[in-house]
This record gives sequence, C-alpha cells and structure tokens, in this order.
Amino acid sequence: MSKARLMQGNEACAEGAIAAGVNFFAGYPITPSTEIAETMARLLPQHGGKFVQMEDEIASMGAILGASLAGAKVMDATSGPGFSLKQELIGFAACAEIPCVLVDVQRVGPSTGQPTSPSQADVMQARWGTHGDHPMIALAPWSVRETYDVTVEAVNLAERFRTPVILLMDEVVGHLREKVELPEQVDVYPRRQPKKTRAEGYEPFAPDTDLVPNVADFGTGYHIHVTGLIHDDTGFPSGSPEVTEQSIRRLHEKIERACGEVIRTESYFMDDAEYAVVAYGGAARTAYEAVAQARAKGQKVGLLRLITIWPFADEAIAALAGRVKGLLVAELNYGQIVHEVRRAAAGQCPVAFCGKYNMHTYEPQEITAAIDAMLAGGQN
Amino acid sequence: MERSYETYFRQNRLPHLWCPGCGNGIAMKAIVQAIEQQEGFTQDNTVIVSGIGCSSRASGYMDFDTLHTAHGRAIPFATGIKLARPELNVIVITGDGDCTAIGGNHFIHGCRRNVDLTVVLFNNNIYGMTGGQASPMTPLGKKATTAPYGSVDRPFDACKLAEAAGATYVARSTAYHVPHLVNMIKGGLANTGFSFIEALVQCPTAYGRRNKLGSPADMMKWMRDNAVMLAAWDKLPAEKRTGEKFPIGCFCNTSAEDYDTAYDKVIARAEEAVK
Repeated sequence: MSKARLMQGNEACAEGAIAAGVNFFAGYPITPSTEIAETMARLLPQHGGKFVQMEDEIASMGAILGASLAGAKVMDATSGPGFSLKQELIGFAACAEIPCVLVDVQRVGPSTGQPTSPSQADVMQARWGTHGDHPMIALAPWSVRETYDVTVEAVNLAERFRTPVILLMDEVVGHLREKVELPEQVDVYPRRQPKKTRAEGYEPFAPDTDLVPNVADFGTGYHIHVTGLIHDDTGFPSGSPEVTEQSIRRLHEKIERACGEVIRTESYFMDDAEYAVVAYGGAARTAYEAVAQARAKGQKVGLLRLITIWPFADEAIAALAGRVKGLLVAELNYGQIVHEVRRAAAGQCPVAFCGKYNMHTYEPQEITAAIDAMLAGGQN
Repeated sequence: MERSYETYFRQNRLPHLWCPGCGNGIAMKAIVQAIEQQEGFTQDNTVIVSGIGCSSRASGYMDFDTLHTAHGRAIPFATGIKLARPELNVIVITGDGDCTAIGGNHFIHGCRRNVDLTVVLFNNNIYGMTGGQASPMTPLGKKATTAPYGSVDRPFDACKLAEAAGATYVARSTAYHVPHLVNMIKGGLANTGFSFIEALVQCPTAYGRRNKLGSPADMMKWMRDNAVMLAAWDKLPAEKRTGEKFPIGCFCNTSAEDYDTAYDKVIARAEEAVK
C-alpha cells in the first residue's frame, strides 16, 4: 500500500482508470463529473497517455470508441444530460463490441435538473438508455476507495467482454473526500488478441469459447471492417434474420453466462436478519448507518449492498427474499431499482420503498423510520 | 482493360449498392488512386472511417481497416484513432447530410482542432439513402421529397465553412474532373493537419430525376460546363460569376502545427512537471 492520501471520489476514479491501463480519455465538462476530466487532463500526459476535450458529449464518446479500436484503453465521464447524449454511441459500442468505460456521476434530473445535488435516478437509463436489445454492465461504488477499485474492475470487464461498462457514481461519492490508501499495483485485463492470421481465415467477430470475439486492433494488418449495422462473424453487414437473431442473442449471452463472476453484492448484519435493506452507491452509506442504529435498538435487520447494478442480482435478491420477512429498498430517486427487487423477490416477501429526490441525501433517521414501518407491517 | 486498383477493394463485397450512374464510385476510386500515388500510405497503415449514408458505404468496399460509424460521427471516431495511433493515416468519407447537418458541429471543430485527418465529402446535394430529402447542401430552389416546392433553405458552401473554421487544406473537385479530383485528394493526404476535399458527385436517382437534370452523363456535363478552375475563377469579375458556376481547386493550403504534434509537447511538459 502507498501512503494515505486525502482524495475525492472523482479523483480516485481517474487514478483507478490510469492504474487499469486507460491511456486515452475524451471528455466534455459537466457537473458533477468535471473533476474526472480535469484529473485526466493533468495525469494522462504524465503517463504518456492523451486527453482531448471534445466539442460535445457525443463527440467525446465517438473519440474514445475510435481510440479503443486503435488499441487504446479508454474512458469518458459525464452526468445526466451528457449521459442522454451519449446513448447513441453506447449502443454503437454494444453492437460493434468496442471496449470502453463511461462514468455517469449522477445528479438530480430530468433535463438540466439540479446539477450539484445527489441522485441515483439514472440507473434505468444505464440499462435501457440506448435503443434496441443490448446487454449492459453497470457498477456503483459507495466510497472513494471503492471508486478506485471499481473503476479498475470496470476497465477490466470492458476489455474482457468487449462491451461498454457504465460506472454509476453519484454526487455523494464523486465529491466526497476521504482518506485512502491505494494499492501499488492492480490486476489488468489485457486487450484481447486475434488467435488466427488472415491466411488462417481470421474472422474478427467470430466468438471465442466465452462468446466474446477477439477483434484485431486497427493498424495490425488485419483489414477488418467495423460497423454499427448488425453484422456476421466477418464484421460485414448482414440482412439475414438468422444472423440478426444469433448476433443479438450472443451479445446477451456473453455476459449472462458470466453473471456469477460479474455480479457482486456485499451483505452486512445479515447473519440472523429477519428483514433487510437493499441499497447501493452513496445511499448505501446512510443505509448502513441506519441498519447499525436499528441493530442497536435490537431490530434484526441486515443490509444487502449492490455493487453491480446491471446485470441485476436476481439470484441474491431471490435468495434473500426467501429467508426474510420483508425488504426495504432505499435509493435516491422516485423508484427505479425497487421494481427490479420486486420482480426478483417474486412475491416471497413484501418489498417496501424509501425513495428521496429533494436534492439531499438521506439522514439515517429517514431510513430507520422506514425500517420501523416495515417491521410494524405498515408500508409496502 | 487495366484494373490496377482492384487490390484496394474487397472483391467479395462488390458489386456496390450504389445506383447505376451514381458518382460515388468515381470519388471512391479517386481516393485509392491518391493513396496509391501518395508516399507513406499503404493498406496496412491507412484507416478509412465513414459516417452514415450512401457515401459512407464506401468504407465497406475498401480493403483497409475500415470503420462505418454512426450518422454524423465519423470525424470524432477518426480523431480518436489518430490520437491513439498517430502513425496511422486516417481518411474520412462522408456525405453532405452526414458532414454538414448531423455532423456539422464535429466538422467545424475538426477543422479547428487540426488533427491530421483527410476528410472527403461526397456531395450529391441530397439525402440519397433515405430517398431524396433536402440536405444543407441542396441548392436553393431545387426539389427534394421534403422540399417538394423547391428548397428555401440557404445551402452551406462547405469549403468556405472548412476554411473559416481553421482547416489547413481545403479543396473542391467533381466526379467529372477525375485527374483533378485525385490531385486535390493527394494534396489533402500530403498535408499534416485537417484536410477537407469536397467531391461533387451526381445522384441521378434521388436528386437528378426529381430536378429534371437528365441522365448521369448530362449531370456530369453540367459539372464540366459550370465548374471553373480556381485560377480562372479568381480572374472572373464578380458580375460574371453568375448562374450555377462554381470554383474548383485548392482554396487553402496553409501550415499550422497539427494537434498530435502539439500534444507531444504537452506530454513532454507534463513529464517535465513530475520530474
């Protein structure tokens, strides 16, 4: 471990990205994510990497995808309004299987909303924001230190599955300053390489055994074609119903198959819990305090924290719903992940909701009050 | 018959999807002729990036690393490629709608930023792939499916736009003036910086037919009769620059430090700062 430093979540994100091998960042200023771009502008050239400030949110997404195809490890960061604009090329990255990480430091919305206030209201947009069927990986850290680790993980997952990965931060985590000790070294997933030569009949989008293709980087002599049209293993557009179906299915299955490794949750106070709170990101910090206070009162309550938001932790929620008398979802929005929890709980127990969307993060007593109501069998 | 440029095309992807008489094939071939003639450009070290539309299907036929991006976004993708791998030559193929409508912001900022890209705009004055809607380069009064009584939108002069926005090389030619077009593209490839070449191409199907411009050959004869070489154009008094006459040639070829060279200095300064 290096020596302790006082660091902001957004800075930890930038440093984690560089540790994971990110050497190209394109961005556009937007609150509350701007410090990520500023930190990258300062640090990347010190490491021989490149930062470019593009003319808009769409262009910065386009630039990272081009750089990724040329072999760079890439990241871009934004907040709600920019996240909306980037959706077009998130879909391109999903369809053309281009590794990239996009950070969304969420703020209150819709539209310009409340730029410097915390929210977790982009979680459904992270999943379904771009058009068409596509898989998505989204991760949500709850501390400065974890932001560093989860950024490394996001870069590695993007490379491993050749897919866009969304890092869902919130204004609480992004602007929080904490004392952290960063590791000297992290595990880095290298860029996938072709296993055949052109003469051996290399097809850039032919899936490997893990269903992920080993697409050659530009400039390595393979003369590949990359398109956002539905394409076959050669990379060229296909009008075939069979190819279309196989292609969309494979995009999903390459991640579904690895769900066991991708989906991460953490449990606290859960051993003898009869009720549980489900939370993620910055809101989970308050939920943790609320659950600790409930425990101090003798209430048998635990906390399940989602680190991976997408793909959704169906199995963990189903198992939990099968053993507790009630669940409470606490998230800083009008109700988004609560619907996923209810779907996964499948009626095994009541699922209560404690949302908040007034520019402020939770006070612990707001969640303890909701826990009291849940235990009293009131709210559902 | 000599088919010396076959090596630059993916034979298994031909024939192309363009209509009979379309000028896009001429402009596409002019690009590979320029590549063949330009020192330092090979099929292995050159990437072709395109947007969406008739023009942008060219990338799929060309035997290089090729990238068919989203509508209007070719220049940002190309920027990322060039900055990540400066040793690659990056050529963008775009259309009048792709480049100056949905991609307009990327276009002017590409010119301003001066990344070493060569952008060739196939200007067919119309949205061809979607069936003939007006583009920002449809001439005033000309008909389109979305301008059935004639366009009232004043068109862009993409070359003037590029020059004003800071492109370091700007040229125009047509599908009729093939050797000239090749030279104009070559000039762009030779320039280290943002180069823009407008190639006027005929669209007999979605533009010519609706505007009663005759056969594809008639449309090319119109190019012959109305394009004026820049040296002659410059001598024309303003009152004689009338009707549909327009200048072709190299409007601008200046030298300015390209983005990547400038950024190398940023890296040097940043490394110095942490020593």
